[in-house]
Amino acid sequence: MHDITSQNLTELIKNIKNKKISSEEVTKCFIENAEKAKTLNCYITEDFDSAINKAKKFDNKPNFNCKLPGIPIAVKDLFCTEGVKTTAGSKILNNFVPTYESTVTQNLWNEGGILLGKLNCDEFAMGSSNETSFFGNVKSPIDKNLVPGGSSGGSASALASNLTPITIGTDTGGSIRQPASFTGTVGLKPTYGSCSRYGIVAFASSLDQAGPMAKNVKDCALLHEIISSYDLKDSTSIDFKRNSYSEHLTNNIKGKKIGIPKEYRVDDMPKEIEDLWIKGIEDIKECGAETIDISLPHTSYALPTYYIVAPAEASSNLARYDGVKYGFRVNGENLNDMYEKTRSEGFGDEVKRRIMIGTYVLSSGYYDAYYLKAQKVRKLIKNDFDEAYKKVDAILTPSTPSSAFKIGEKTNDPVSMYLNDIFTVPVNLAGLPGISIPAGLDKKGYPLGLQIIGKAFDEQNLLNIAYAMEEKINFKNNIKEWWIK
Amino acid sequence: MSKTTGEYLITREKNIYEVVIGLEVHAQVLSNSKLFSSSSTKFGAEPNTQVSLVDAAFPGMLPVINEYCIRQAIKTGIGLKAKINNRSIFDRKNYFYADLPQGYQISQYKYPIVGEGTVILDMPYGQREIGIERLHLEQDAGKSIHDIDPQSTFVDLNRSGVALMEIVSKPDLRSLDEVNFYIKKLRSIMRYLGTCDGNMQEGSLRADVNVSVKKKGIKNLGIRCEIKNVNSIKFMQMAIVFEANRQVDLIEKGKKIDQETRLFDTKKNETRSMRSKEDAHDYRYFPDPDLLPLELKNDFIQKIKSEIPELPDEKKKRFIDKFNLSSYEANILVSDKETSEYFEKVIKNSDVKLSTNWITGELFALLNENDLGIAQSPISAENLSKLINLIKDGTISGKIAKTVFELMANGDKDPQKIVEEKGLKQQSDPKTLELLIDKVIAENPDKVKEYKSGKEKLFGFFVGQTMKVSDGKANPKLVNDILKKKL
Repeated sequence: MHDITSQNLTELIKNIKNKKISSEEVTKCFIENAEKAKTLNCYITEDFDSAINKAKKFDNKPNFNCKLPGIPIAVKDLFCTEGVKTTAGSKILNNFVPTYESTVTQNLWNEGGILLGKLNCDEFAMGSSNETSFFGNVKSPIDKNLVPGGSSGGSASALASNLTPITIGTDTGGSIRQPASFTGTVGLKPTYGSCSRYGIVAFASSLDQAGPMAKNVKDCALLHEIISSYDLKDSTSIDFKRNSYSEHLTNNIKGKKIGIPKEYRVDDMPKEIEDLWIKGIEDIKECGAETIDISLPHTSYALPTYYIVAPAEASSNLARYDGVKYGFRVNGENLNDMYEKTRSEGFGDEVKRRIMIGTYVLSSGYYDAYYLKAQKVRKLIKNDFDEAYKKVDAILTPSTPSSAFKIGEKTNDPVSMYLNDIFTVPVNLAGLPGISIPAGLDKKGYPLGLQIIGKAFDEQNLLNIAYAMEEKINFKNNIKEWWIK
Repeated sequence: MSKTTGEYLITREKNIYEVVIGLEVHAQVLSNSKLFSSSSTKFGAEPNTQVSLVDAAFPGMLPVINEYCIRQAIKTGIGLKAKINNRSIFDRKNYFYADLPQGYQISQYKYPIVGEGTVILDMPYGQREIGIERLHLEQDAGKSIHDIDPQSTFVDLNRSGVALMEIVSKPDLRSLDEVNFYIKKLRSIMRYLGTCDGNMQEGSLRADVNVSVKKKGIKNLGIRCEIKNVNSIKFMQMAIVFEANRQVDLIEKGKKIDQETRLFDTKKNETRSMRSKEDAHDYRYFPDPDLLPLELKNDFIQKIKSEIPELPDEKKKRFIDKFNLSSYEANILVSDKETSEYFEKVIKNSDVKLSTNWITGELFALLNENDLGIAQSPISAENLSKLINLIKDGTISGKIAKTVFELMANGDKDPQKIVEEKGLKQQSDPKTLELLIDKVIAENPDKVKEYKSGKEKLFGFFVGQTMKVSDGKANPKLVNDILKKKL
């Protein structure tokens, strides 16, 4: 059993196609793992019975031409799934069952994927530790005291602990890459407009992007080519030629120019991270690429800019959760009283904090000083990348300024929590693709990730570099299955 | 109100005040589907039957712009002789209300689709040019219904997401008449263009009215109050009268006018404060990140321009130049698109002068009496044209024509047939008429004597008698000629 679930996606597909294993077997194995891993708290909603039925159905009438033939997949609970409760990790959507399917998940099912269930995440994807979920924090398979990162913490944890062969998350400021880095997995934040946002519970519309999370770069490439599609239902979806990324994947990156931005050497960065980066630079050179020192001068403004833009959009996006139409409601004396009670009880602290920040920065008298200025800085940050990409093909940085921290360690220090996203947010602000790949372990044995940032729509190149690096680094995760008694 | 300048002036003991009015007209875009969703916009459907997931703001739902509504807004902008902006931006106007599912209205704030333009009003005292500040697109909200249940408010989202054009005038209107003419002109332009049906009963056309007053002759505008959501011209005028006088009274008492939003209570005929400037909503406008800026290429705009039909101002000019109509007649005929089309159909084969008189006279009276639009006219343009030709060629007299017209109104028959069937043909044979006239003269020797002794007024008596004995069918012109000779 364990043998099956530790297989990567490519192996599973091969074995199903060769009829060595059935979809039902595979599905049951992952479900069995999940039953044993309740303590990780990865799932908000399990859809296991339905998954087994679908797997049986697949086995009765298998279609081996699809890209995910009978592959069971658990997804972040931010994707609306038809007939399956979708909560966004919030009490306010505790009882919400969509009648529609997000485009990204629909793309999975169209290719033969089977929904296992909905994975835990920070409430409305607001968090870097998966501690803001109404459904409780997720534990990292790396160590029971560690956070898995966030907001796609349930996804990262489920993937690393073999509860799902692949998964999808969403990344607004690092929510795929940071948990991937913390759990020793691969996570890609695609170019803005590559994956449709239709049917994904919105956090910050101009930054949100769904993306693949996998155990290796090849799986990640395959999953990305499945979920990325042009969608008329999302006005910000972009119509560009999408590759068969997995087919075109190559480790030949000879002559590629890789930028090393000096501004990412931040104060107080642990030596381990610095060393990891230096090692990464050596590795990438050995893969045949050339490194070039570059400057992204506005990097230090990225985090404050992000924490204006994202909450501003969130404050407006979350206005629809008012108890009137769907979701959680507390009755009140009158309409305003109902709003107040519903939203006070329905939202958690971090969400409220961001709604307040967002409301403040958009208020008349403050708009110019905060929101408008942030938009201008955002443009400067994007210009930095545009300038850099005149000289280089991609950029190499650490994924996070530290390895995973302890549960509760940063709960009362939001700013220190926000600092976790320091290397990932500039990528979202610029709408670029970024991938985190596992690159080593710190002295406590916790995974560390390297981030490769690409040009817009250049996911193929990005994946190729990651693929070459992956081979070179040959990372081995150190997971001891402590949750199995 | 002074007739010569048209200004609405309010006179108090020592001062004369001018009233300054600006209108923000909300016109529903004529479109089968909503601004950002494919739900139907049909009026009068069962509550909540025309609501998509987007209109109800379900999680993860995204707006997708309806290109047809964009075209409609551009057309309207062209009709307002306005600048069409190549780049406009949709913003979110944030506020909480039960009938606003998203918690924000998608509107256009700093960068509207249409910029400055002009509307020309033909006032009795001359032409007035009213400046248009802008036209922007926005979503309508749903409807809160408070009177079904004493405890709860019910919400109908059928209107939620319907496309509206907000047309903002400059504070150029100076009287109640100008408000009336302005609304009618806007309505006329949009109906010509097919961009708004202008149906005020169904709420397709509503306005926020901005009113301020200032002492006559002073340049600077006074502090204005905005009266929200008034849905008929009559109510707009009533609201303006009340509001202007309220403001004048305050100034006369030495009090300050607060800039505020007010409501018009149609039952009490008064405006009441809704919220002051201090309590004004902070709408936290910001560009909607779900929608990209709307970029319009020049050839796209040009293409729409080339499809614009002749509009009232141009049509009026053509009617005056080509058909020699008076400005007054032309105005009446072009104010409504269907009327102008009816007119053009009639004059295709008929005399212009007679056609103008019959349409603006008999036909309009008939339509008014029965509360009908010209589209529902019981008399078709073809048949009216035939009737006019019967008058013109002397087959029937004008008087008989009125009888025929009435018969036509009751069944839309061919006037030719009516004349033949009822034997209403005019008697134009001089010999037959002479016989009739001889008889009249012979029967009235006293009157003949009086006439010959100088009582010339009696000529009319002889005409009348002749018409009477001919059952009204005698050709009046011939009767006149023969009578003159015989007497």
